[in-house]
Amino acid sequence: MARDAPRLRIKTAPYVHTGLSTRRLMFEVVASLAPVVLCAAWYFGVSAVLVVAAATAGAVGTEWVFMDKSDGHLLGKHSLGTLRDGSALLTGVLLGLTLPPAIPLWMAFLGGFVAISLGKVIWGGLGQNLFNPALVGRAFLQAAFPITLTTWVPPGASFWDLRSGTFAAPLMNAVDGVTSATPLGLAKFEQQITPIRALLSGDTAGSLGETSGALLLICAVYLGVRKVFDWRLPLATILSVALFSGALHLIDAEIYPSPLFMLCSGGFLFGTVFMVTDPVTSPITPRGEWIFGLGVGLLVVLIRLFGGLAEGVMYAILLMNSVTPLINRVTQPRKFGG
Amino acid sequence: MADEKTASDVRNVDELVKGLWRDNPVFIAVLGLCPALAVTNSLENALVMGLATTFVLVGSSTLVSLLRKGIPKQVRISIYIIIIASFVTTVDFLLAAFAPTAHKAMGAFIALIVVNCLILGRQEAFASKHSVVPAMADAAGMSGGFTLALAMIGAVREILGSGTLLGFSLFGESFEPWVIMILPPGGFLTLGLLLVIFAWVKKRFEERQPGGLGATEPAAAKGGVA
Repeated sequence: MARDAPRLRIKTAPYVHTGLSTRRLMFEVVASLAPVVLCAAWYFGVSAVLVVAAATAGAVGTEWVFMDKSDGHLLGKHSLGTLRDGSALLTGVLLGLTLPPAIPLWMAFLGGFVAISLGKVIWGGLGQNLFNPALVGRAFLQAAFPITLTTWVPPGASFWDLRSGTFAAPLMNAVDGVTSATPLGLAKFEQQITPIRALLSGDTAGSLGETSGALLLICAVYLGVRKVFDWRLPLATILSVALFSGALHLIDAEIYPSPLFMLCSGGFLFGTVFMVTDPVTSPITPRGEWIFGLGVGLLVVLIRLFGGLAEGVMYAILLMNSVTPLINRVTQPRKFGG
Repeated sequence: MADEKTASDVRNVDELVKGLWRDNPVFIAVLGLCPALAVTNSLENALVMGLATTFVLVGSSTLVSLLRKGIPKQVRISIYIIIIASFVTTVDFLLAAFAPTAHKAMGAFIALIVVNCLILGRQEAFASKHSVVPAMADAAGMSGGFTLALAMIGAVREILGSGTLLGFSLFGESFEPWVIMILPPGGFLTLGLLLVIFAWVKKRFEERQPGGLGATEPAAAKGGVA
């Protein structure tokens, strides 16, 4: 008579899991981006939705082309491969939201392709990449099409008005009739300071997702409360910008804008909430997170106030991404008893 | 007697063809990357560089092969370099005289052909060990492959970076040039992309014919050296 198999199961640590999987983390962030996309659509019309969709299609399509399909079944959950973790979707949406509203759709699609292929797949996939994939895509587009990526349109056209460049044929472009400068461009080149209320509501020219400061702060609080990211990273970055730009503002308030303007303008809040906090490309130790945030803030202030560009959040984050492994190494906590 | 002659002809043809694809200096051996990246921002520049390198490589391989019995082993590298440098100076002056615009566009890179490792590599690995005809065939094949690779990189970069090919506009007025492609990063990106495509095509080709090309290739390469 056969006995039942013993019920005692032996397992090694860890025994407790927080339940926060990669998949849940990615979709939590995508969900928090939904209001940002709606806000972009409200200010910049249907073109905004199309640009985000094109960038997402580029990213997801590229992930599908390059993913390992060898052990996948035609149907069932394995057929989606690495698409299931949602990281390609998140990269695409993030990239789309950093693009200017009048960008042709083929460029947004190309950006999605570059973001996944050069930003992630070539490094060995999710978790291996040194740089934030969405920013790699945007940096490529900025280097390839510098004029298009710095041509801004004012918000508030009728929802169904397409921007003239949106449906430009691949490799082609059409110049949008009405252009406008971003708050940072106005501050840098024309010494005009946009009121903080406009920066918070989002009624300014700029990249699709970056204009509404208040909405991004709500997203930050939501993600922080849900413990999707570590609060140290955004806090360190914000404090760093406030510190450095505040010191400069005290030295000469005529030349250097106030820290509040620096915090609310441009892509700073968007980058701080969604890209500085990227778990792959930011340090994992608490001390390292403070160093990372401090570095991003310092570079943002340096590029914006002393560099040739009006906006420097993208390069600041990419530069700090490149030193993340070093920060991780020098901030390793000491072994207990070691 | 007749059979022997045919066999050596076949071998010479093989030396000529191997540089184009199987041992392509840029895509397979990844040699001579400095000119492959630096002067390929247009097809014209790439072709000028390719032809200049062809002249130098064929000339110096022929001369080294002719002199191979008289060159003392201890100082062979310096002698190769002197021979190569003479041909580089010749092509430099020829270009300055007959194609001054192209010469200006090339800048220092014509003079730098002298340090192209592909050229010294072929002298050391092939021309110094073979008679004149195979040495010339090898040099012609290698420089053909080099020119082909440069032309491919140059064509991609010129089409995307300027919307033209050999100066002729391809897409009309509203074309949006990819500025990055005519800048140095475009060279790296294009070369990397072509390397990926070549490696992928090669893999697919070998998978398609198991025991075909993939199996015979090392044997053929060994035969070539022996």
